[in-house]
Amino acid sequence: MATLELDVAEEAVSQPVRKGRRLGLLFWAAIGWMTFVFAVAVFAPVLPLPSPTDMDMLERRAPISAEHWLGTDGLGRDELSRLVHGARISLVVGLCAPIIGLTLGGALGMLAGYFRGRFESTVVGSMDVLLAFPPLILALAVTAYLGQSIFNLTCILGVLGVPAFMRVARAATLTLARREFVIAAQALGATHARILLRELLPNVILPLFAFFLLGVAVTIVVEGSLSFLGLGVPPPISSWGSMIGEGRESLDVAPRLAFMPAAAMFLTVLAFNLVGDTLRALTDPRQGAL
Amino acid sequence: MTGNTLLSVEDVTVNLPTPRGNLRAVDHVDLTVGAGRTLGVVGESGCGKTMLSRAILQLLPKKAKLSGRVMFDGQDLLRLSPEKLRKLRGRSLAVVFQDPMTSLNPVLTIGTQLIETLQEHLELDDAAATRRSVELLAAVGIPAPEQRLAQYPHQLSGGMRQRVAIAIALSCEPKLLIADEPTTALDVTIQAQILDLLAREQRRRHMAMIIITHDLGVVAGRTDEVAVMYAGRVVERAPTPDLFKKMRMPYTEALLAALPRLDAAPHTPLPAISGRPPDPTRPLRGCSFAPRCRYAVARCQAEKPALEAAETSAHQFACFHPIEAHAGADV
Repeated sequence: MATLELDVAEEAVSQPVRKGRRLGLLFWAAIGWMTFVFAVAVFAPVLPLPSPTDMDMLERRAPISAEHWLGTDGLGRDELSRLVHGARISLVVGLCAPIIGLTLGGALGMLAGYFRGRFESTVVGSMDVLLAFPPLILALAVTAYLGQSIFNLTCILGVLGVPAFMRVARAATLTLARREFVIAAQALGATHARILLRELLPNVILPLFAFFLLGVAVTIVVEGSLSFLGLGVPPPISSWGSMIGEGRESLDVAPRLAFMPAAAMFLTVLAFNLVGDTLRALTDPRQGAL
Repeated sequence: MTGNTLLSVEDVTVNLPTPRGNLRAVDHVDLTVGAGRTLGVVGESGCGKTMLSRAILQLLPKKAKLSGRVMFDGQDLLRLSPEKLRKLRGRSLAVVFQDPMTSLNPVLTIGTQLIETLQEHLELDDAAATRRSVELLAAVGIPAPEQRLAQYPHQLSGGMRQRVAIAIALSCEPKLLIADEPTTALDVTIQAQILDLLAREQRRRHMAMIIITHDLGVVAGRTDEVAVMYAGRVVERAPTPDLFKKMRMPYTEALLAALPRLDAAPHTPLPAISGRPPDPTRPLRGCSFAPRCRYAVARCQAEKPALEAAETSAHQFACFHPIEAHAGADV
């Protein structure tokens, strides 16, 4: 019996542990687009582009030309340059705000799900209040008092994301904390901190990370909506949302002014979702087990 | 009965508040385990075996109320500070759970889980901890231990996983190992291997062990003493050979009769114990086995029999009509 088991085991070990899965063209296209957007956003100041804020009233809504590759907007500013600089805003806000939500919400949710009791009631209660509060009013109030800035915008969007992250983390922690491996860790003399950080966090981080990528996509859209409404980044800084908003005014004469930033946003959000899904499927070591 | 007492459970009662009322999971249980000895705790599902093991480890659900005394190595576990208790767990007390699918963390490699447990209790650097982990995995019969360290639990079979769980439990050389249904989730051929492994490691490390199981076949020949539990109480307790030779409690008899026998003719129906255990939220006034006992008389319904010594003080049972007394009178 024992020898039989040995043979089977050796065979299993000799096989590669991680089988390369076909990632597909779509995944690589998404990665390519993301890399491109990131690179362009990072190197925007050194790229040979015209200034995104210089106006040229003689060349308003100029068509595509050698001088302006994507034409100019309603105030004669270079559309390509504005798109590139808009990507910086969208990415900074789109990445930083969910990181705030992930850190705060994840920590609160795990503590609430693990310790339960009064702490959990307090956390869940206050998150419900935050969820019930109209987000647009909050954004209006904060920008009215603290002023419009990228930092304020990021903080607002980050705080608004906390309840959702908290709920995901708490739900995952609740089911995991009852599992035997947590009791086994306690039986082996692990501290609460160790159980939270070493036993639970590696499990909770998987759904949280998937949710984070979704959060990035949603935040990019929300930042766009806020900028569209004039609550986002202050002009003349360009962001994709504010560009769509400005393009709306000339939708009948030059529809490309609204559609190009919309297309950039669509592709970026789609790429984040695609990559997020694929990465989650690849890195999840639980694959069907359990 | 050589060696001094390592663990003594004295008058332990566990109450769990439930929506349907108070559930008495463990009812005035007394047990002792000597250093290096093996105790089997046998009983059907829901009889309080697991709650008893959790009570010993002080890992009961938060709402549970525990009374009595649990003395381990001269210390009362119930009065120990959380910090001292934490140090004791793993270092002196370890546990192997029923289901190796859930008792290992699914997203950490075997190596991480072993090495971290080692470093938690023993001051080892990474290299020493890794070396020790490989030794432990080899000791529990895992082939190619070096490669196994990088694998995740789901990449191992159930038997392998249970071996890893045992390796983790043994990692800090505990004085007492509690094996809570260690083989229930495994198939029969692997069961024997795991039990042999536990017995071998127990002898080698001279540790005491409590095997909790619902299978009398598991405790036979592998334990020094057996305690049979029913509805939260110990109903019979005896050195293993005595228990199988001359059991006194009708419940033990019924349990043994329900084991399939190799020498029985094919298609012999197994004598099952009719009825079901009493609702633990509504304790009976009399003997809790009385409703299912074929020897039960009026007195059994009205009074609870105490755990009393039979011929030797080592053999105890709780029954007004122990089996031998019946042999001539009833049948």
